Amino acid sequence: MLATDAPPSSFLRVPARAGAGRMRSRGDRVFRLLTLAAALVLPALVAAIGVQLWEASRLARERFGVGFLWHETWNPVASQFGALPFLYGTVVSSAIALALAGPAGVVVAIYLAEMAPSWISRPLGTLVELLAAVPSVVYGLWGVFVLIPWLRAWVEVPVSLHLSRVPLLAGPVYGPGLLAAGVVLAIMILPTVAAISREVLLAIPGSQRDAALALGVTRWEVIRHILLPAARRGIAGALGLGIGRALGETMAATMVIGNTARISASLLAPGYSLPSVIANEFTEASTPLYLSALVELGLLLFGVTLAVNVLARMLVRGAVR
Amino acid sequence: MRALVDRLMTAVGAAVTLLGILPLLSIVAYTVARGASALTPSFFVATPAPVGAAGGGIGNALAGTAFVVGLALILGVPAGVLAGLYLAEHAPSGPVAEAVRFVSDVLAGVPTIVVGVFVYTLLVVPLHTFSALSGGVALALILLPTVTRTTDAVLRLVPPDLRDAGLALGVPEWRVTLDITLRAALPGVLTGVLLGMARIAGETAPLLFTAFGNPYWSVSLLRPIAAVPLLIYEYAISPYPAWIAQAWGAALVLVTCVLAAHLLARLLLRPGRAQP
Repeated sequence: MLATDAPPSSFLRVPARAGAGRMRSRGDRVFRLLTLAAALVLPALVAAIGVQLWEASRLARERFGVGFLWHETWNPVASQFGALPFLYGTVVSSAIALALAGPAGVVVAIYLAEMAPSWISRPLGTLVELLAAVPSVVYGLWGVFVLIPWLRAWVEVPVSLHLSRVPLLAGPVYGPGLLAAGVVLAIMILPTVAAISREVLLAIPGSQRDAALALGVTRWEVIRHILLPAARRGIAGALGLGIGRALGETMAATMVIGNTARISASLLAPGYSLPSVIANEFTEASTPLYLSALVELGLLLFGVTLAVNVLARMLVRGAVR
Repeated sequence: MRALVDRLMTAVGAAVTLLGILPLLSIVAYTVARGASALTPSFFVATPAPVGAAGGGIGNALAGTAFVVGLALILGVPAGVLAGLYLAEHAPSGPVAEAVRFVSDVLAGVPTIVVGVFVYTLLVVPLHTFSALSGGVALALILLPTVTRTTDAVLRLVPPDLRDAGLALGVPEWRVTLDITLRAALPGVLTGVLLGMARIAGETAPLLFTAFGNPYWSVSLLRPIAAVPLLIYEYAISPYPAWIAQAWGAALVLVTCVLAAHLLARLLLRPGRAQP
């Protein structure tokens, strides 16, 4: 830097402009500090969210302690608050979403990255990405008026007629419920799983494919025995990012999950999730303790999604670099 | 036999992919079919009508979304671009930049409802009111990691020769960064901003208890303000068929804008251009 800034003046036969040189480096220093400050806003923000939610949930934390996590009662009138029904609903709906969208997303990624010719994979890839662009509230609207009636008629009623002995599928059919939420979440996280898995697959060097193909192995065998094992960690990361998105998804889940703070064994029963109870009750919280309990649910959600995202990002980073 | 398995698997892949995009086609088809009839000229300029009264529209909600999103852009874009400049220009592979990149990706995964709760405790409680300002801040926080990471990615694709040429002319480094590197990467940066804008325009959860919604026109920073996604939510869960029809109409407007923004971004970033 110094060498280019101040070439020997005798060589250029112009007087050295020491003052200008100092001005220049000061401008650079200021600009550098400015950009550094902007960059540090991001980690500061993550810390600030954590601290702020921790502070704002003090009342509930002091009142209920760790028991908040496994208390089943959520009764604002009696000031009894436990997070269990929401943790249960969040985990179950996200698990359904992962069970449906996980394998499907990986297959879509394999098809787009390895199987389809580019004139097919490009438009289809765009459509899959557009799926991620549809706003959550529109998924909710579609879920309420299109998906739920369809699910009820074609899946839930037949299932409850024939498989009602299975506790997971027992009980009356409502429509809105854990299953409906899981299906909507699955549709919403499919693009995430597919896009990241595709990225991971494309990061595997082409020479590995060529070497195997040269030995007379078919494309599916290359995928099955070489690419998938090599992409294992990255795909696990993609699934993790998918779960992270499902756990925190608010509007669509709120509109189809049934909003009932009860734990039922049946997937057909209505439930509740962490984001949806916050969305529904936050503006109605009539006492400081009630509000503080809702903030604590937010803190839980923040902690869980943070942990899931950190883990998943680490897996994906290892695979893509 | 092995060739047959290969073909079979390709067919399975194609079938699953088509099944995967089926919901997108269904969503587009239903929003058009159920929303198109709501789109009268007055729908775009009127305020919501009371239950039972005919007519009413989303004029104030469109204005409110523009207002809040504009606020988020003013707050979020400069900070995001500066942060991206730091990552790409000043320490591209240093430990600080790597850590900030990682945190930025993680921040992008924080549920937007959590951002809403955060801004509620940060702004709504001290100001004693829901406000357009708090809605804009919430959306800006969601926009920030997107803009940072796209700016970072497209800046790193600018050929180093451009920078060197500028520096060799004796231009100060910060001017080179702003006038040469950033300018060369501008289409990519703007695409990132466009995609970020499309995302925050459709966000509902972070606005529920910040912007809150408002049935009337408002241009005040410190009053609650309407937004299209909030209106869709409120109408969709209402028991009134007329409101539900309007929810579909508003959804059609929103989906059209968001998908158009994405297709425009695709055009800006055709292969050969800087890809984020």
